[in-house]
Parts: sequence; structure tokens; C-alpha cells
Amino acid sequence: MYTEKVMDHFSHPRNMGEVEGANGIGMVGNAKCGDIMQMFLKVNDSGIIEDVGFKTFGCGAAVATSSMATELIKGKSIDEALKLTNSAVVEALEGLPPQKLHCSVLAEQAVRAAIDNYYDRKSGKTDCECNCVNCEGEEEHHDIPEE
Amino acid sequence: MRRVYMDNAATTSLNKEVLNAMIPYLTDIYGNPSSLHYFGQQAHTAVENARHQVASALGAADNEIIFTGCGTESDNMALKGVAEKYQNKGKHIITSSVEHHAILHTCQYLEKHGFEITYLPVDEYGMIKAEQVRNAIREDTILVSIMFGNNEVGTIMPIKEIGEICHERSVIFHTDAVQAVGHVEIDVKKMNIDMLSLSAHKLHGPKGVGALYIRKGLIIPPLLHGGAQERKRRAGTENVAGIVGLGKAIELACTDITGNAQRMSSLRDKLIAGIESSIPEVKLNGHRTERLPGNVNFSIKYIEGESILLMLDINGIAASSGSACTSGSLDPSHVLLAMGMPHETAHGSVRLTLGDETTEEDIDYVLSVLPEIVMKLRKMSPLYHG
Repeated sequence: MYTEKVMDHFSHPRNMGEVEGANGIGMVGNAKCGDIMQMFLKVNDSGIIEDVGFKTFGCGAAVATSSMATELIKGKSIDEALKLTNSAVVEALEGLPPQKLHCSVLAEQAVRAAIDNYYDRKSGKTDCECNCVNCEGEEEHHDIPEE
Repeated sequence: MRRVYMDNAATTSLNKEVLNAMIPYLTDIYGNPSSLHYFGQQAHTAVENARHQVASALGAADNEIIFTGCGTESDNMALKGVAEKYQNKGKHIITSSVEHHAILHTCQYLEKHGFEITYLPVDEYGMIKAEQVRNAIREDTILVSIMFGNNEVGTIMPIKEIGEICHERSVIFHTDAVQAVGHVEIDVKKMNIDMLSLSAHKLHGPKGVGALYIRKGLIIPPLLHGGAQERKRRAGTENVAGIVGLGKAIELACTDITGNAQRMSSLRDKLIAGIESSIPEVKLNGHRTERLPGNVNFSIKYIEGESILLMLDINGIAASSGSACTSGSLDPSHVLLAMGMPHETAHGSVRLTLGDETTEEDIDYVLSVLPEIVMKLRKMSPLYHG
């Protein structure tokens, strides 16, 4: 069902875990839907993503797309990271089964949510430590469903 | 790599003795059972011998067994047949909310054709109480169909009591016993069962063959029209080798069914106890004692089922899950949801089902691998703060 690349990223996820000193954190998805992705960014003064990490609750594709998304934006500028599309993630993974494409969309949204949080914090718009969006795209601040 | 197959509720391996019994009917004995000549009659004898084996295993008479192509066909034939035959008496059918899709989707089809279906809710263990059936039966109820043992969580329903109530009220009682036949002792007469569906590949027989028991005196129209096979109840040239395989498999499974069930339930209970003692925050799904001998089903908090399956598979263990991701839909298992489980917990379910070949070493292996997998996935989960 999955490509070798997907299985590789699933069994050896890159950049897994929280990032110390992260200044942009976003979380998308919803446990009810079966997928939650949390993205941690550490952006330096020149707007380069120095470090990135993720945490994911979800299926193999959800883990692999998060992992791949972190690889694709690590070391890139914020502007470049904003251009990351779900199809780029899918392509880098050498394809996903059709019913799993929504995972790649979630990965793209997770990166955006983390960048939004970075900008919000920078402009003082929020003290919120994380931008959270549920799977319908509605904001869901800190409301992490736990059974 | 060590491979451990723990998905016997999906399908089982073909028993070697069963295969040996089948081989002549895939090679030398190729006649059509409907043919009058020697070649045909040899095949005919084999089919009738298998019919006797199936009937004996269920406490039925030979002429009460119809061979079909699979459990799903048996279920379709039972439900659609009774609906068609008795629609003038009434159009109400009672079933449960945790049935296999072969029943549920057939019921939905019947709803589109003017039948009214009552889906009885289950308790937190996936259990129906016989009284619920009594309370749901109406003047226009023509059929009750309740599964024998649940394919996902293994809960065994009070079949005998339900059958008794149906008979008191003169309502036909069908049970989808695909997961139970060959694993749990069944006597259709003592259990008041009018119709029963079974499938060969769930009891170490071949795929592509099933049977429907229909009590003598109950005549329902066929699903397939054509030749006069199966006394005009199921047209189509018989899958002779498959039928022979089903006969042999059910005979082997029922020879010492009590002993086999005891052996398997003790392995099952060892696995359940092992998981409960080595992994925190898990919940056994289904009933602890009223349970199919080979079924283990857990919800593991904070992680998702497909990920667990993939990790198990990487480690050589074949399992299954009620997570949405493995079903291709967005909703997790209808069985777990019907039991009142929240979506997020249902996504994290894993089912391990044992078979004849499962050994104690297999159980030990799973117990040596699963806790690590859970820990690895929990570390990755944003829901886990342990």
C-alpha cells in the first residue's frame, strides 16, 4: 500500500519531537478524525528555519508526511516554507494512496499554523504558544481532545 | 524474520489435512456433480459427504445445509430470502448495531425496498440482552438476525435465549456464526436457530465456500437462479474441492472443539493479561468471559491503530485494527462506536486473533514487542504527556 519512502519515514521519522526554544508552534487535526500534527519551528533573526520538529498522532501516512515536511523546510527561509504544498510532500514521498492524501494536506497546514504562530508571537498579537486548527479548518486553541 | 500471524478473524491458514482432502477434487475427480455418469457421481458423493460433515457439526440434518460461495452470500440469502418470502406477513426485521457489514449493508438494501429495520443497541461490552429482542418484536416482525460472536471484539451473544424468544413469538431467527463455527460449540436445535451462516476460511478451510443452514420446513427463494443444484436453492456448479475442504475443516475443528477452545482461550487470556500488565492505559474491548476463544482486542490510548499495525508488521506480527485509516473511511469501527467508545479511543484499537497454529511462543513474542512499539508511538504523539 505504501511506497518504500513512506515506510522509511514512518519507521525512521526525521526530526521527531519537540524543539527546545521553538518560537513557532502549530497544531492541526483532531483526535476525533484520527490525525493530529504538531509542528515546532525555531526561526532565527534572519528568518531562516534553523530547527524543526514534529509530533503526530495518526496513521503511517500522517507520520511520514509530517516527517517529510520537516525535511523539506529545515534550513529554508520562512517565505520558502510558506510555499510548501501538499503535493510537494506527496511527490517527495514518491506517492500516497488516494485515501491518504488528506494527511499531506494536514502536513502543509501544520507548517502554516506554526509559521502563523511565529508571526503572531513576533508581532505581539498573541502570547499563545501554539496555533491550533482542527480538521475542519476551524481554530481550536489549546483544546486538545483527550478522550 | 520471525513471522507471527494473529489475524485469524480475517482468515486462517489452510489445514494440511484439509488440503490433502481437496487435492483429488482439483485433479482426478473433476466431474460435474449434476452429471449422471461415473465422473459426476464421484463428485456428487464427495459433496454429499461434506454436507453430512457440516450438518453433523451443527446438530442439523443433511438436507438442511446449502453450500454457498461465502459467508456473505449466506447472510444475503438468509435476509433477502426471508424478506421476499414473508413480506406479506410483515416488513419488520430486527438486528444489532454491531453486525458484520454483510448483514448491515443487506439490511440497508432492504430498507431501500420498503423494509423497516430495528438496529438493537449494545452495551459497553458489545452485548445484546435477549430481553431487548423480546421488547423489539412486533406483530409485523418477520426476522431476527443476531450474530453469534462478534468479529471485532469477540463478544458472544446469548443466542439460545434469543432463539427461544423468537420461537415463542413465531419469528424466524437467523445468526451469522461465521466467527463462531468451529470455535464454539453450536447445536442449532438446542439453540433454537432457524438459519445459520458459516464460512470455511475462518476455520482453517479454503476461501470461496460457505454454507447456510436452513431449518427443515423453512423454504426461502434462491439468491442465484439457474440450474437445479442444491435442490434448486442455490444455482451454479458446485465448488466441489471447496465444499470437500469445508467438510473436512469443520469435521477437524469440531472433533475436540471443547479441548481446542480451552487451549486457545488460555493463550488468549495469557495475551490479555500480558498486555494489561506491561502497557499502561489500555482497555480490553469486548466481554472478558463471553468471548470467542481466539479474540483479543485492545484500545491503546494516545496512539492510532494503523501505526500500531505497521509497526507490528515491521516486527513480523500480523494484526488488524478498527481505526478509520485501515477501513478507508473517516469513521473508526462501527462496532467500537456502538459500544459507546469515543472516536479518539476507537482510532487506537488493535485486534489480535489466534488460530490453530498459534503457540505460547507466539504470545511471548508479541508481548516482547508490543510494549516497545507502544512506547515509541506514544513518544511521537502530541496527546501523550507521560
